[in-house]
Amino acid sequence: MTLDYFTGMQIIPLGDQALLVELGQTIDESTHRKVQSAWRSLAAEPLPGVTELVPAYTTVTAYYDPVQAVQSGAPANKIVDWLSDRLRDRLKNPPKTAKTKGCTVEIPVCYEGDFAPDLGVVAKQAKLTPAEVIKLHTKTEYLVYLVGFAPGFPYLGGLPKILATPRHAKPRMVVPAGSVGIGGQQTGIYPYATPGGWNLIGRTPLALFRPALHPPTLLSAGDRVKFRAITREEFFRQEAGA
Amino acid sequence: MITAQQPGLLTTVQDLGRPGYQQYGVVVGGALDALAARTANLLVGNEENAAVLEMAQTGPTLSFSRSTLVAWCGADFDAQINGEPCPRDRPVRVAAGDILRFGLARHGLRAWLAIAGGIDVPLVMGSRSTYRRAGLGGLAGRALQGADRLSCGHPSEWSQQVLEKLLASNQRATTWSVRPDTIGRPARVGVVRAMRGPEWEWFTEPAQQAFFQATWVATKDADRMGVRLKGPGLALAQPREMISSAVNAGIVQVPPAGQPIVLLPSRQSVGGYPRLAAVAAVDLRHFTQLRPGDPIRFEEISVVGAQDLLLAQARDLTRVRLGLSRLLA
Repeated sequence: MTLDYFTGMQIIPLGDQALLVELGQTIDESTHRKVQSAWRSLAAEPLPGVTELVPAYTTVTAYYDPVQAVQSGAPANKIVDWLSDRLRDRLKNPPKTAKTKGCTVEIPVCYEGDFAPDLGVVAKQAKLTPAEVIKLHTKTEYLVYLVGFAPGFPYLGGLPKILATPRHAKPRMVVPAGSVGIGGQQTGIYPYATPGGWNLIGRTPLALFRPALHPPTLLSAGDRVKFRAITREEFFRQEAGA
Repeated sequence: MITAQQPGLLTTVQDLGRPGYQQYGVVVGGALDALAARTANLLVGNEENAAVLEMAQTGPTLSFSRSTLVAWCGADFDAQINGEPCPRDRPVRVAAGDILRFGLARHGLRAWLAIAGGIDVPLVMGSRSTYRRAGLGGLAGRALQGADRLSCGHPSEWSQQVLEKLLASNQRATTWSVRPDTIGRPARVGVVRAMRGPEWEWFTEPAQQAFFQATWVATKDADRMGVRLKGPGLALAQPREMISSAVNAGIVQVPPAGQPIVLLPSRQSVGGYPRLAAVAAVDLRHFTQLRPGDPIRFEEISVVGAQDLLLAQARDLTRVRLGLSRLLA
């Protein structure tokens, strides 16, 4: 891996305490791989003054403390340049430990009854039967592009186009935790009971956010997700066991 | 032990935040005005990152079962101990049985109360900060409630000596004070300094000019995540799809309706609106004090300029720390 791999990379200030490392302009798997590999390279060893590295669709954001950067040798009036050089150097010569592979996580989902109030809506607009929607939804492998918005909330890519369904014009006041939904081209899982406008097609008994564990989320950016259909009995069994 | 007789409108335990977990969607959060929290902690001999109480609009009423040292910084609250004024920005002695009552903020909105030893709640993901949305940190992830009891860590040697001195001279508080407003190079009243954001070029020229020329008004759409401002509509030069990306406290994002939102420390970790500008980190604290209808203006500063302000603040804080440690020498 050389700098060529990150051709077109740009480093842009995001205020006075963060730098955006921009690795692409579109949401796609090739940009995602660059983001993942840049993120892992940057995170492999501490960078002076950098406090946190956060990947998104096309960017890795490096949060830093300007005071620490200066204590580490950055010239006070050139902190951004000094830090940008170090980020570029790291990406030019990434440490060998940098890996880019996430794991595949199977998520049990019950697509039945009141867990799936909008399964009919999705089926109707896809011109499929509910059983065919479930089959398609569980057959597909999804990519976790990033985790954000709320703790443990995965931004998933890979929804079959035919299943894309517009959000409800009027969001529900409460979407129960674990709800699996479709909002436009996106599919995702609500980690908490929140208001929400997505079409709910099922629910998982798994907790997406578990603050006592490390990592505190079931899913991390770069992971693959497969849904597996379960019965109501299995849902309650797993929920009780969790 | 401290007992909450009245919880106040929205009183939470906060330290300097929970960095390191944004990749999991967990925001940094922490005291909205870090400088005020750090100063209050220094004034009672705590580590700057010790947990404090953040209060908003109506503060709590607290009863103390033991004598200790407290200090509060921030908005102008009607704070009283047993009915006598409890001065701001300095160490204050509290005796066993005393009642500290904050009442209403006369100006501004929020204040931070430090207690010697720091508020002792469990560390969750490296922080004691309350994160209500996820129900974690602080007091079981929630705001203070009536009859809640708070315990504190061990007061430092410094804090015990100051307490003894006040007791010996029969004083309630020290005659000297440290005001956060005098640390570093503060902005002029009603003006905050801001840098251009990553999507600055996406906006029309009139929008760019209006941002730095208009007087903006704070709306009631405000919480620990951000403050929505009202003013001239800020339009994009052409419709553009923004790909969700990181945001930081201080980012000024502009949703399609064209009215900017200034993000505060409990912002979400990623955002999908164009980032027109970024408030200088040292000036963000002013947004935590705005009430609906309060005016605010933006003045342009470079990233280097904003960082210079941060460095100046850090140097001043070092001086304060040194000054306080020499006080008893």
